[in-house]
Amino acid sequence: MQVAVDGPWTPLLGRLSLEAIPYTNPILIFTFAIAAIVGLVVVGSVLYFKKVGYIWREWLCSVDHKRIGVMYIILGLVMLFRGFIDGVMIRTQQAIAIGPNSPGYLGAAHGYLPPYHFDQIYSAHGTIMLIFAATPLLTGLGNVIVPLQVGARDMAFPYLNAVSLWLTVAGALLCMISLFVGEFSNATWVGLMPFAEMSSNPGVGVDYWMWALQVSSLGTTFNSINMIATIVKMRAPGMGWFRVPVFTWATMATAIIGLTAFPVLTAALCMLGLDRYVGTHFFTAGMGGNYMLYINLFWTWGHPEVYFLMLPAFGLISEIVSTFSSKALFGYPTMIAASLGIAGVGWVVWAHHFFTMGMGPNLIGFFSAATMIVGIPTGVKAFNWIFTMYRGRITLATPMLWAITAIVLLLLGGITGMMLSASVVDYTVHDSVFVVAHFHCMVLVIGAGIFAAVTYWWPKVFGFKLNETLGQWFFWTFVLASVLVFIPMFQAGLDGETRRLDYLFDTSLRPLMLAEVTGMGMYFVSLFCFLAMLVVSLVKREPAGQDPWGTARSLEWLTHTPVPFYNFAVTPQVHALDELAWRRANGLEKAQPERYVPIHMPSSSGLPFIIGMLSFVCTFALVWRIWWLAGASLLAVILLVIIRSFDKNEGYVLSADTIAEMERKLHTVSLIAEQSKVLPVGGQVEAH
Amino acid sequence: MASHTQAGADVVLWNASADAHDNISARTYGFWLYLLSDALIIAAVVACYAVLDNPLNAAGGPLGNQFLSASKGLVQTFLVLGSVLSYSLATVALKRGNKLGVGLGMVGAILLAVLFLGIGMGDLAALSAAGNGFARSGYLSCFFTLIVTHALHMGFGILWMLVMLVQIGVFGFTENVVARLLNLRMFWQFQASVWVVVYIYVYLFGGAH
Ligand code: HEM
Ligand SMILES: [Cu+2]
Repeated sequence: MQVAVDGPWTPLLGRLSLEAIPYTNPILIFTFAIAAIVGLVVVGSVLYFKKVGYIWREWLCSVDHKRIGVMYIILGLVMLFRGFIDGVMIRTQQAIAIGPNSPGYLGAAHGYLPPYHFDQIYSAHGTIMLIFAATPLLTGLGNVIVPLQVGARDMAFPYLNAVSLWLTVAGALLCMISLFVGEFSNATWVGLMPFAEMSSNPGVGVDYWMWALQVSSLGTTFNSINMIATIVKMRAPGMGWFRVPVFTWATMATAIIGLTAFPVLTAALCMLGLDRYVGTHFFTAGMGGNYMLYINLFWTWGHPEVYFLMLPAFGLISEIVSTFSSKALFGYPTMIAASLGIAGVGWVVWAHHFFTMGMGPNLIGFFSAATMIVGIPTGVKAFNWIFTMYRGRITLATPMLWAITAIVLLLLGGITGMMLSASVVDYTVHDSVFVVAHFHCMVLVIGAGIFAAVTYWWPKVFGFKLNETLGQWFFWTFVLASVLVFIPMFQAGLDGETRRLDYLFDTSLRPLMLAEVTGMGMYFVSLFCFLAMLVVSLVKREPAGQDPWGTARSLEWLTHTPVPFYNFAVTPQVHALDELAWRRANGLEKAQPERYVPIHMPSSSGLPFIIGMLSFVCTFALVWRIWWLAGASLLAVILLVIIRSFDKNEGYVLSADTIAEMERKLHTVSLIAEQSKVLPVGGQVEAH
Repeated sequence: MASHTQAGADVVLWNASADAHDNISARTYGFWLYLLSDALIIAAVVACYAVLDNPLNAAGGPLGNQFLSASKGLVQTFLVLGSVLSYSLATVALKRGNKLGVGLGMVGAILLAVLFLGIGMGDLAALSAAGNGFARSGYLSCFFTLIVTHALHMGFGILWMLVMLVQIGVFGFTENVVARLLNLRMFWQFQASVWVVVYIYVYLFGGAH
């Protein structure tokens, strides 16, 4: 019943043996050394400062949506770094390996990465950037912001929220450990079929990729459920649907995609798993398999997935553009309609990813037209932002710079997307780096939205602002790097550079490649600025007030900075779409509740973390076909869930006196912060 | 807690009674959302079945119309629906707070479900024994997967009912227990609907005799 595997297999260790450790590869040894040093430093400092208990209790066991959000963001940043290094390796390899006379090092005929290694790197790059960097970053921001924006104490299901986080972490761990134990998939982030089947890919690489995706998308599905339930059920009194802040609406649209699209991926990967583990014939090349079926299923998820990432970024940009234009968002209802419209139309465009695979003129016509239709709601959004800025009092603080950049990039990515949606154009540039440049522009919109949001909401979470000067340095170097890397890439694609190649035969591409490599170098500079920004801000810690930007509009800026764990001492009554702006206009922004009532809070629990780690063990065991371990850890998860259901888990109650005491302290802190408040760049206060 | 706007109007800024959320309704709503995503998994498998249900993908092996029996499927359908009925009677008893009634209804639901699974799994075993297992062809892979996916849901539901039987005994009808019983009812109706779809699409439209 079980598919026979190449090479040895033992009941105790499955396919795992010492040979799985790539100790002959100098690049991996080097990486391992760095990872080990960083790991030791982190663990060592935790031990040295005696913070083990603190980290366990306050973070790993936390069910607080803000903490969980921050952990998501940290995970996203770490994985962003990993993905970035992958990108650097891809780019430098290609820059070296141009033309038959290019040199070869470390056993490669050209460049320094043999095809076997190179293929794994770009597969990992795509998987990591989309699933383990962009997704956690956005989910994390959603986690932090949405409950605050709707005036809730936490998410609808705080435990489930923690489970989602740790499942995502399990997937990320799987990706990371594949570096040092075994190999990663070489079948690209989409899983080329039937190439990813056992017959052509007998190693553990595809299994790593498959399980990493599987376990983390489970987390994403749970998170989507949680988000929808939070937005539907937990809104503060007075917040009707047309008073829901625009980012929360965007998250709603995204969560609907998450809820409906991710199950399709789950199903597709299950089928691939069955093919690879028990020998079914869903996607095999013979025996009645149909590999186009996989490609359709994958993109049925895959295209909604790109909007799953894009919509929250749109929401972030909307909030920021309106704050820094000191104006209400232009066309709020159309913004919502556009978000929902994009989510809807995103479902019927998937085949534009394989126009060239032969589907007949009718289908091509349909999918081509449907794809172009997405441009309409996207255009509506772009115009709404521009009209928001029009005649607004604009402050060019770092978040706003990022937001404006995002709009420009959206234009570039959108227009090239439109070009690709015309199937005749797509036939000539499909699978060239033109496509790569298109979607990187789009993903950079998301990146810019994320950086904007991190800078913007940072003080709300941590109580102090990020350093503005270094933030701008980071911004400008990042933009310069992006221009250098991705603008030449459009040209290279039109010149015929095929994507995913470890060797370029066409020597005339050399100048373009040189520009791209320079851009990659520039990214290192911007990374340095980013780190410097973090360090300097952490050291200076200038306290920020309740509304550190002075022009924020939505509910989350109404509470203290940093936000206490219960969010609002008393749930606010909502009177307007931009509640804080409304209160400010009525001179009520400083009003505090006069009376407190007891609050019921969920208690923290180590179970979600344990479930996540057991899922990691289970999937790792499945990758190596260690059946007993996989079975045991799965059983343990089921038992833990049952045992927890016998726990009464009633949470705990904060008494009114405790709240009053905490509020008094927080109030003093924010008074101090108000006094030392530094004016943002550009100057907010009108001169008299 | 009233304050005044600059114009002097009275406004309520804080709402101390807002914390009393209806826990059960939030939980059933969340679970309903989960069922939605589960329904999409089923939909994906059914879509694959529709694609693979043709002689090319049977690779020389049998198609459903050669081995499926519509009458046997009908018996299974009645078993599933009977099981749902039994669980529904349990929820009627729940309304009256009758522990024994809830217990009996669930035991009835479990017994009918086990009978159903016995027939279904027996069929799959016979099919495999005749050399037409899931590895025989793309079509059979998908057929087995569809049936087993539904069966796994049923098995999970049975496990859940067993746990709930214990919890009713230990805790009685607390908020937690009631929320779970209501979710379980949705889940049980969901798996029955899945079976009805399978019966109609795979058995009847598929030309079972
Ligand atoms: C106006 C909206 C858009 C249009 C018309 C559009 C159109 C297209 C088309 C036609 C392709 C297929 C190109 C080919 O492989 O030959 C494509 C690829 C791609 N697009 Fe877009 N797109 C749009 C927005 C986005 C957004 C918002 C994202 C991401 C956030 C995105 C990410 C991608 C990715 C990742 C691929 C390539 C996937 C791969 O093959 O690896 N696109 N786009
Ligand atoms: Cu697409």
